[in-house]
Amino acid sequence: MSMADTIYSLASGAAVGAVAVLRLSGPGSAGAIKLLAGSLPPPRHASLRRLRAADGETLDHALVLWFPGPASYTGEDAAELHLHGGRSVIAGVMEALTAFGLRKAEPGEFTRRAFLHGKMDLTAAEGIADLIAAETAAQRRQALQQADGGLARLYGGWTERLARLLAHQEAAIEFAEDSLPTDLDAKARFGAGKLRMEIEAHLADARRGELLREGLVFAIIGAPNAGKSSLLNALVGREAAIVSARAGTTRDIVEARLDLAGVPVTLSDTAGLREAVDEIEAEGIRRAERRAEEAQLVMTVFAADQMPDAETLRWVRPETLVLVNKCDIKVPCGEISGIPTMAVSARDGTGLEGLRARLAEVALRLTGAGEGSQLTRPRHRAALTEAVALLAEAEAATLPELTAEALRAALLALGRLTGRVGVEEILDIVFRDFCIGK
Amino acid sequence: MTGTDLTFDVVVVGGGHAGCEAAAAAARCGARTLLLTHKIETIGEMSCNPAIGGVGKGHLVREIDALDGIMARAADAAAIHVKMLNLSKGPAVRGPRAQADRRLYREAVQALLRAQPGLTIVAGGAEGLELDATGALVAITTADGQRIRCGAAIITTGTFLRGEIHVGEKRFPAGRVGDAPAIGLALAFEGLGLPLARLKTGTPPRLDGRTIDWAVLEAQPGDDQPEPLSWLTERITNRQVSCGITATTPETHAIIRANLQSSAVYGGRIQGVGPRYCPSIEDKVVRFAERDRHQIFLEPEGLDDPTVYPNGISTSLSEAVQEQVVASIPGLTKARILRPGYAIEYDHIDPRALTPSLEVRQVPRLFLAGQINGTTGYEEAGAQGLMAGINAARRASSGEPDAIFTRSEAYIGVLVDDLTLQGVSEPYRMLTARAEHRLSLRADNAGLRLTERGIAWGCVGRERGARHRAFAEAVSTALARAASDNATPAALSGFGIAVNQDGRRRSVLEVLSLPGVAMDRVEAAFPWLRELAGPIRTQLEAEALYAPYLRRQEAERRLLEREEKATINAALDFDAVDGLSAEMRQRFNAARPATLGAAGRIQGVTPAALAALAVHLRRDGQRFT
Ligand SMILES: Cc1cc2nc3c(=O)[nH]c(=O)nc-3n(C[C@H](O)[C@H](O)[C@H](O)COP(=O)(O)OP(=O)(O)OC[C@H]3O[C@@H](n4cnc5c(N)ncnc54)[C@H](O)[C@@H]3O)c2cc1C
Repeated sequence: MSMADTIYSLASGAAVGAVAVLRLSGPGSAGAIKLLAGSLPPPRHASLRRLRAADGETLDHALVLWFPGPASYTGEDAAELHLHGGRSVIAGVMEALTAFGLRKAEPGEFTRRAFLHGKMDLTAAEGIADLIAAETAAQRRQALQQADGGLARLYGGWTERLARLLAHQEAAIEFAEDSLPTDLDAKARFGAGKLRMEIEAHLADARRGELLREGLVFAIIGAPNAGKSSLLNALVGREAAIVSARAGTTRDIVEARLDLAGVPVTLSDTAGLREAVDEIEAEGIRRAERRAEEAQLVMTVFAADQMPDAETLRWVRPETLVLVNKCDIKVPCGEISGIPTMAVSARDGTGLEGLRARLAEVALRLTGAGEGSQLTRPRHRAALTEAVALLAEAEAATLPELTAEALRAALLALGRLTGRVGVEEILDIVFRDFCIGK
Repeated sequence: MTGTDLTFDVVVVGGGHAGCEAAAAAARCGARTLLLTHKIETIGEMSCNPAIGGVGKGHLVREIDALDGIMARAADAAAIHVKMLNLSKGPAVRGPRAQADRRLYREAVQALLRAQPGLTIVAGGAEGLELDATGALVAITTADGQRIRCGAAIITTGTFLRGEIHVGEKRFPAGRVGDAPAIGLALAFEGLGLPLARLKTGTPPRLDGRTIDWAVLEAQPGDDQPEPLSWLTERITNRQVSCGITATTPETHAIIRANLQSSAVYGGRIQGVGPRYCPSIEDKVVRFAERDRHQIFLEPEGLDDPTVYPNGISTSLSEAVQEQVVASIPGLTKARILRPGYAIEYDHIDPRALTPSLEVRQVPRLFLAGQINGTTGYEEAGAQGLMAGINAARRASSGEPDAIFTRSEAYIGVLVDDLTLQGVSEPYRMLTARAEHRLSLRADNAGLRLTERGIAWGCVGRERGARHRAFAEAVSTALARAASDNATPAALSGFGIAVNQDGRRRSVLEVLSLPGVAMDRVEAAFPWLRELAGPIRTQLEAEALYAPYLRRQEAERRLLEREEKATINAALDFDAVDGLSAEMRQRFNAARPATLGAAGRIQGVTPAALAALAVHLRRDGQRFT
């Protein structure tokens, strides 16, 4: 293997600070450090070294850390250089590394290598991908938890328990003559029930983690010219939607991203609801309604100076936010279809502060703001749901081999989240927990 | 033997459990076969416990029998205590076991081999392997200078490769007590560069049954109606005897703790890894310090042999300490030790060097079977011997050695797949937990699963073939009838069978699968069931019981089939696969999986590594859709 398999990158981000951390990983790490710092420091100790370029010129006095694989972040030989943070120092050291034959890492390459070497499970790797893609504070919080192994620990803990249940059930099947405890079958079924309830509680999360990861959609719906687009623009603070006095201007959906208390929200402004005058507008209205169906929150907008229209009224439900716009022109009514309204004016800003606060509150309620370990992907939900069904089957089974069969399948389902548990691991538990061999 | 060369289609070296099945199977397949073993009189010797079968092992024996092997028939002829294990559990995990009179077993094996046409048995020791210019095996050479040319050879030398016996501080080279080790062959394997590693196993002291105080011990009888292991056995005819049950005492444990240094293992004189499911008594006392008793089964080794095998106190303590240990056990206070227990350390070959037909990958025409491949147990040895015998016969007749079972077809498939893909880290023993298709791989349907394949491979005799076909026919007729014959809920409840009164008619199979319904009620509702022979009814009941699970397993199996069909070119350079870590490369290189499915089963292979391999195969132009 060559130096080219060895990568480096700035781990401390692009901004200039007092200290810059440069990370190396790959088979050529040791060679590169020797060339740069003269010799290899003892593993996992911060050692102060003079760094030199190939021509002998001093580049920096830096802390050098050497992490021989596989006990490193990536599982490969790796090293860290804590440099003085100046641009020229960093550039000089990078140049020297390139001259030694190393190359700059692709985005996410360190993580990918760590994953390839079995240093993190799939959920943690997903967390890191999410962290890189995070747009808001709550998304970042959630991704960090997952990257730190929050889900891996939770699911790993369940997997371990399930493996133990299966191992004990298998021991009862395999070594019936070895004077093992007589209640192993019953305990396996009981344990399956307990685990099932815990996973069910985790699943009953109203999809908070998934919603935060994907972002929320709030749809604005209302009659043509009720002022939906102006409202969207006022909330976003820029001209996202074309606003005009002509009814039916917004024929397709205009969307804008908003950061509400750290939660990413897509505001979706839709075609005005009315009897369409042409086919294009009719299609726009159909899309508006579909979008509203998918949205986590629907805001119906009425104009204070007009009678509430029937099309929009259809959307007024207990969970809808009912807004009356143009309250600077006319005092709006306080209730529509029995739901209290919020008076706003997109033109002079009245009530917008309150509206923002309300939306933020809804967003936080729907996503949980990234606190706690929540599942973040549909594939997590699918695997856990399958495991729950199989655990229920294990509980209800009338024969030990059927309990074992269901437990094994449940373990396989969980294994899809965190990694496979093989028969050898099960046997390890059997022989650790019981004295087998008559 | 004299100077002129002998020529055979297949030469089998070693007359243990692997060698006997191998020789018999090769000869059944029509190969002119030679069985070469040290001593004719120890052919079929049980080196350790006098029992054949059990949970998992019993499944293997029935599969050997389904392919017309000899182990089950010999065990039935020698059986003196028979038990169906796990009788309170479902049919899939019931394991038949027979304790055998050791002399009768040996005699039965030898008689079956002598009666086998096409098989020659010669006493002698194999010393070397002769290869041709292409590296394929052409002859076996013996200690006395004989050269035996052959189309294929099977080496089944068990614990004899550089075997060394330890009794306390004493140690000496041996294959097992009373037999010399095989040094020449070990050197030959080393010369070929085959990966060797060391394992160990042990055996308890043998006691003189006439000095045991049976009166104070609990007796454990066998089953009232002993079920034979072989399909060809009508019934067990030997007188049946009971085993005795006793246990170690706190005093036993104190003696062992005080003398651990005298144990070859704890004294540090043995490095080989032993089997976890057959721990020595010193292991049990050390590892489970909180237990103050360990059960011991006293198993008679024969009807007119006073030797008793105390199952549970395998040991490598010194002879003097063994005396004290035995004397501390209830019922054994005056027992005389006939032969001390010992531990044996031996070389085995990493079975990942073999193809799924048990042929050495780098030496065509050379097959290995039995304990030499890192397994333990007669049944595991016999099963490998059988498969190697069939494959070697095919190879010798210039065909391809492709008699292979998949994991979903047979325990034999699980065994061979585990060995050749995972290798071993301790002596490998079969357990039903290893079989992911456990519910369909039952001891009761081994013939239905395998005999037809055996007929195609030519290893099943006419008598068994005919009986099998008649039975298979009867079972499928009964299954079809049970699937179509049905009754209304009202009619069923008239017979005391509670079902939902939803008007939906239930088939016999559905009724049989209802939990807690007494068999006589089902028979009352469908009287034709009463006329079915026991084994046929067993099939109906098992199929009904497991039906929903079997359907799911079948779906799982089909999902995996795609990966099984993605073959990996035998010449693939795993080092050239992008994105594999050094560890994954090493695992793939050692096992050289033949399909993507096999690669995925290798222990410790990460999903990422598998994905990298899949991508590479696709890029290589290999399609698997
Ligand atoms: C001390 C001891 C304890 C054991 N304990 C257990 C246990 O507790 N549980 C369990 O399940 N299994 C146990 N076993 C294992 C079981 O006995 C073996 O796994 C099984 O017998 C292996 O069968 P085999 O055919 O591979 O080898 P073996 O039965 O060992 O047969 C090898 C044969 O090869 C012959 N041979 C060797 N070298 C040559 C040569 N160069 N030329 C010609 N012939 C040769 C020998 O004479 C012998 O007949 C034990 C074995 C031993 C020795």
